[in-house]
Amino acid sequence: MAFYILRRLLQAIPVLLGATFLIYFMVFAMPGNPALALFGERTPNPAVLAQVEARYHLDQPFIVQYLYYLGNVFRLDFGTSFSGQPIGETLLRTFPVTARLAALAILFEMIIGLAVGLWSGLRKGGVFDSVTLVISLVLISVPIFVLCFLGQFFLGYKLGWFRSTVSAGAPIQDLILPALILAFSLVAFNIRLTRSSVIETAGNDFVRTAYSKGLRRSRVIPVHILRNSLIPVTTNLGADFGILLVGATVTEGIFNVPGVGNTLYKAIVIGERPTVVSFVTVMVLLYLVVNILIDLLYAVLDPRIRYVK
Amino acid sequence: MSSDQKAPTVLSPDHYVAALDESPISGVDVVSLDEKPSNLYIDAWRDLRRRPMFWISSALIIFVIFVALFPGVFTNTPPNDECFLSNSLGAPTAGHPLGFTKQGCDIYSRILHGTSTSLSVGLIVIALSSITGIIMGAFAGFYGGWVDTVLSRIGDIFFSIPYILAAIVVMSVLSEHRNVWVISLAIGAFTWPSTARVLRSEILRVKNADFVTAATAIGLSRFRILVRHVLPNSIAPVIVVTTLSLAAAIVAEATLSFLGVGLPSTFMSWGNDISTAQVDIRTAPQTLIYPSLALTITVLSFILLGEALRDALDPKARALR
Repeated sequence: MAFYILRRLLQAIPVLLGATFLIYFMVFAMPGNPALALFGERTPNPAVLAQVEARYHLDQPFIVQYLYYLGNVFRLDFGTSFSGQPIGETLLRTFPVTARLAALAILFEMIIGLAVGLWSGLRKGGVFDSVTLVISLVLISVPIFVLCFLGQFFLGYKLGWFRSTVSAGAPIQDLILPALILAFSLVAFNIRLTRSSVIETAGNDFVRTAYSKGLRRSRVIPVHILRNSLIPVTTNLGADFGILLVGATVTEGIFNVPGVGNTLYKAIVIGERPTVVSFVTVMVLLYLVVNILIDLLYAVLDPRIRYVK
Repeated sequence: MSSDQKAPTVLSPDHYVAALDESPISGVDVVSLDEKPSNLYIDAWRDLRRRPMFWISSALIIFVIFVALFPGVFTNTPPNDECFLSNSLGAPTAGHPLGFTKQGCDIYSRILHGTSTSLSVGLIVIALSSITGIIMGAFAGFYGGWVDTVLSRIGDIFFSIPYILAAIVVMSVLSEHRNVWVISLAIGAFTWPSTARVLRSEILRVKNADFVTAATAIGLSRFRILVRHVLPNSIAPVIVVTTLSLAAAIVAEATLSFLGVGLPSTFMSWGNDISTAQVDIRTAPQTLIYPSLALTITVLSFILLGEALRDALDPKARALR
């Protein structure tokens, strides 16, 4: 197991380096001098310009600039926004809100996904299964911002069940609607995965053995079928997390949740490039770390993974 | 039949002797020449033909393509030039069945003219990502060894960045060059690894098949074997992934335009229209609902096609159905 963890962590290093390099390359190898952007419409004094360039290492070759950037990322120093606030501080302030929203969304997704997926998998081809298939295909097709507006309009405005926007401090009851919408954007795939996994597991010999031993359905379904169907569902959580990050950007923007996604959304809207890049970098790093953790969890759940090669 | 009549007396009644098979040897050997030749694609087509989901999605897609090519067939109102502020958020009138946007433009016409934007972004993205993905996946899977290691790691790096986040960075950097090509490039540059991964694992499965050994035995070059024999037999899952990524690319364009880093407002784009309409959602929900509906139906038609293709092309998926 220790060997597996070590190998997985070593494998992550080139991906981490590559991903940060790619983001850096996309931003800084583009045409235009970023130092000039600081001066807006005015033509700067060449001496001042040179000073600014030296301060941000813009006079250095590309690869040196990248190393400076990498050093900053690893010291968790993400620079300052246009308004002079350290981006790291903004991150620390907004992160707990997004974490709460994401946790709530994943909780809803797992509950709905497992329950519906299990039920339709056990009754393959039944009415419930067919209706679920149609609904999940439609759900997959509705973009998240449309879901947000539908939720906001019908559940928030027409029915008045939820507040349409989140109030200051983001109390948990205000986060329920955005979290539900995030969950709905993910749940369709989760349902289908659980369903096919349940069908596959239920066809196994050990399930038949369990029944022929005289075990009741109430034991066979949770212990023998559901537990063994969970592995692909767990692995998919990693991909879910990526969708969640993008979804959070849109959802937090629309519901005005004071989280990481909302800050990114606002930075995009006003074109604040340094903040956009820093936030995307952090999100990508987070995504990579979460995926490594899920891989490790996968190895805990499924011993076969540990022994491959 | 009862054994006590035919069985020799030396055998106990417990023994069963099978009846003699008297079919002539020529009858066993003869190959039915009338039977149509069959392969994966012919089988898949026979399967697809019977699926209503396939026909519904194809009809929808053909309709969407037709609208994208000839929006003028369905409306005479230009999407941008006949906007009167007196019509702002107006209710439907004769000739304008869906009402008006905040700028007083005809919603129906804007939706029809926005179709080609969504569709061309989708098509350019899948062209980019399937060409890159097929090359990377085919070489990685077929040649193996260090080629596989290098190409797969490059794919991992691109895969590690959620493509919409990557496109947000690219588009906010290239804020002065936003057009259909740039946005497609920004999305396509990060969606190819899923194609490459699917193709690679399929090639790993196919490349040890007997027909590959046979092709090697008759002296074909490795490259020719890859292109003529391995690829056609492993491309099926790529077709499914490509159909589904077309849908994803359309959603991605709309999301980016919605966020304000997609196409500039001079372009007819559903994402832009939805973004503009969001402030009026309470007073004039129709400005938001109709473009959303058009977007959802287009995406749904490609997803349905992808599902139908997956069921037909992937025997494993069929077993789980």
